[in-house]
Amino acid sequence: MKALFSSTKINRFFSRFCTYLFLIVLSIIIIYPLLITVQSAFNSSDLTAFTLDPHMHWTLANFKQLFSQTLYLTWFKNTMIIAISTMIIQVIIVTLAGYTYSRYRFKGRKNGLIFFLVIQMVPTMAALTAYFVLGLIINGLDQYWFLTMVYVGGGIPMNTWLMKGYFDTIPRDLDESARIDGAGHLRILLQINLPLAMPMIAVQALWAFMGPFGDYLLSAFLLRSPEHMTVAVGLQQFIADPTNQRVAMFAAGSFLISIPIVILFFLLQRNFQSGLTAGGTKG
Amino acid sequence: MEVQKMKKKSVRKAGLLSLIPGIGQIYNGQLLKGIAFLVATAIFLIELVTIGIPAFQGFITLGTVPIRDHSLFLLVKGTLQIIITFIFVMMLILNVNDAKKVAKQYNTLGNVNRSARSILKNMWENGFPYLLTIPAYFVMLFVIVFPVLVTLLMAFTNYDFYHIPPAKLIDWVGLQNFVNMFFLSAYRSTFVSVLGWTIIWTLLATTGQIALGVLTAVISNQKFIVGKKFFRIIFLLPWAIPAFVTIMSFSNMFNDSIGAINQQVISLLNYIPYVHVSDIPWKTDPFWTKTALIMIQTWLGFPYIFVMVTGVLQSIPDDLYEAANIDGANVIQKFTKITLPMILFATAPVFITQYTFNFNNFSIIYLFNSGGPGDVGGGAGSTDILISWIYKLTTGTSPQYALASAVTIVISIIVIGVSLITFKKTHAFSNEEMM
Repeated sequence: MKALFSSTKINRFFSRFCTYLFLIVLSIIIIYPLLITVQSAFNSSDLTAFTLDPHMHWTLANFKQLFSQTLYLTWFKNTMIIAISTMIIQVIIVTLAGYTYSRYRFKGRKNGLIFFLVIQMVPTMAALTAYFVLGLIINGLDQYWFLTMVYVGGGIPMNTWLMKGYFDTIPRDLDESARIDGAGHLRILLQINLPLAMPMIAVQALWAFMGPFGDYLLSAFLLRSPEHMTVAVGLQQFIADPTNQRVAMFAAGSFLISIPIVILFFLLQRNFQSGLTAGGTKG
Repeated sequence: MEVQKMKKKSVRKAGLLSLIPGIGQIYNGQLLKGIAFLVATAIFLIELVTIGIPAFQGFITLGTVPIRDHSLFLLVKGTLQIIITFIFVMMLILNVNDAKKVAKQYNTLGNVNRSARSILKNMWENGFPYLLTIPAYFVMLFVIVFPVLVTLLMAFTNYDFYHIPPAKLIDWVGLQNFVNMFFLSAYRSTFVSVLGWTIIWTLLATTGQIALGVLTAVISNQKFIVGKKFFRIIFLLPWAIPAFVTIMSFSNMFNDSIGAINQQVISLLNYIPYVHVSDIPWKTDPFWTKTALIMIQTWLGFPYIFVMVTGVLQSIPDDLYEAANIDGANVIQKFTKITLPMILFATAPVFITQYTFNFNNFSIIYLFNSGGPGDVGGGAGSTDILISWIYKLTTGTSPQYALASAVTIVISIIVIGVSLITFKKTHAFSNEEMM
């Protein structure tokens, strides 16, 4: 009896030890590369490669250089303009469409949903040539609004599905009773459902906002002049040229752009769980 | 009595008359609506005669005189005209249905909405769902449907660096590009090799991130863990930071000679007794570049799965595990019989979207090592996947637009086909509530 007790105790100790070991090792694997990048941002600017250097000399020189010698602030501003307009337009469109597909039964609804699902799988960014020609014809090349619309369009199908999934989890009884009280379409949407969907709308807004910050392909392809570039494309130039690598400046620029996004991300991440599971798991 | 006095409207007649849009509505007594349809038709007809017919002609010939005719513009304008015509045909069908419906309504109720006000009110009541989805469809029409259509059509032309308009004309060549891709030895070997790696990449990288995500969620969901919130924040970092930042940083760290992985991690490993690892050619040996790419994608992609699976785990009722404990189930049995089925049931559709995402994951391939090292012909490097090969085909010094479009179509067919089959298999469609 006593032996059995101690063996379960050893077992328990062993399983707890393994659990913490796993968590700690994974944490190190995640933090190590990030720490290197952060540290390199404050390292001297003649840096050629990122390594973790315990004896380094901390300096702000990279940031000064970034602001005085490059177009970083302009790129940052461009990215913000594109990201915020993408966020506003996409969230409005996706919320309206997701709400409709969740609450109304109308002719063409099922076909519409299948259309959203299929169109979401088409690799639209492979249609680069078509975007280029379209931009040429409607004078959209090197223009923010054109890139913004391309981002919005690409985000609609998948996010409409997630949004619809979330609205599906909001009970319909409220709508019914409001309708009996004489509330119209707009009031039911604006005063009852929108406030309840706020967690998901916040998540959608964050994702739509993060999209343009993370994209390289489309912005590199559609925005041509240096003063119209986004941060991703601009920073890539610092390390793209093997003869003139400015890795410390790249690290500094990356650090600055990541800070606001990471803060927003963690402010809103509580909502992710409900949003993701509601949207993706109704099957 | 009144019904007898009232002249019945023929539903058939209303439908037939509507073949000229608006006439059916006027027959039904809805003058304003009828005029609106008539005006829309007139606008379309004027557009068709002045712009449409030349656009269709240009679309068929793709131009006859170089410089004067720009084949590419003719192709695009023709495509736009197809979309406009499609919208008009949809309106025509809508209008016939509307005329029939109103005629029926007239026969049963004895009156129709005549005033502009009541028509608008009716539209607001019944058309509300359409009104709310119009913005989504409008944007998708121009940003997704239109470019995809142009790409589809381009795949049947000979648009490449020998045929750059307006100096040269583009021509329709039928299935030539597809024939080249599948049968011409140079392109076929590139296509086969790129497709092979794309499939291996998709399977390994996605399975890696799903496995790590599920494992991390299951392990960190145990009750006794102290500092859960702290670990959760760390595990979410790879998702929170913009991907291009981490990919480019990794690209630097994996540098063969001066990168941190070879300089620090490998030399640290060599401190372990009896372990000797020499520097690894991460960027110059295709095998190691592929290994690095899969590891990085696992690192980048697991938090998404982790968050989702954690949500599912927290929704599994404790009674299930208690019942299993009473029955004497061990840890592994509890995992394979309760936890895993619950996770898969809830998240299978999302897992599929992760596979399609990696199938087209351009950023990591291009930003890590530009698809290199080496090349496998046709302008593709040894780690290029189909989408990054397309990018190189369209942006390189000797662009092959038509071939790139053909590859795009093949990709789309593969992705859509496989996803639809798996969606069906996982019964994502069968839920009535969902559709």
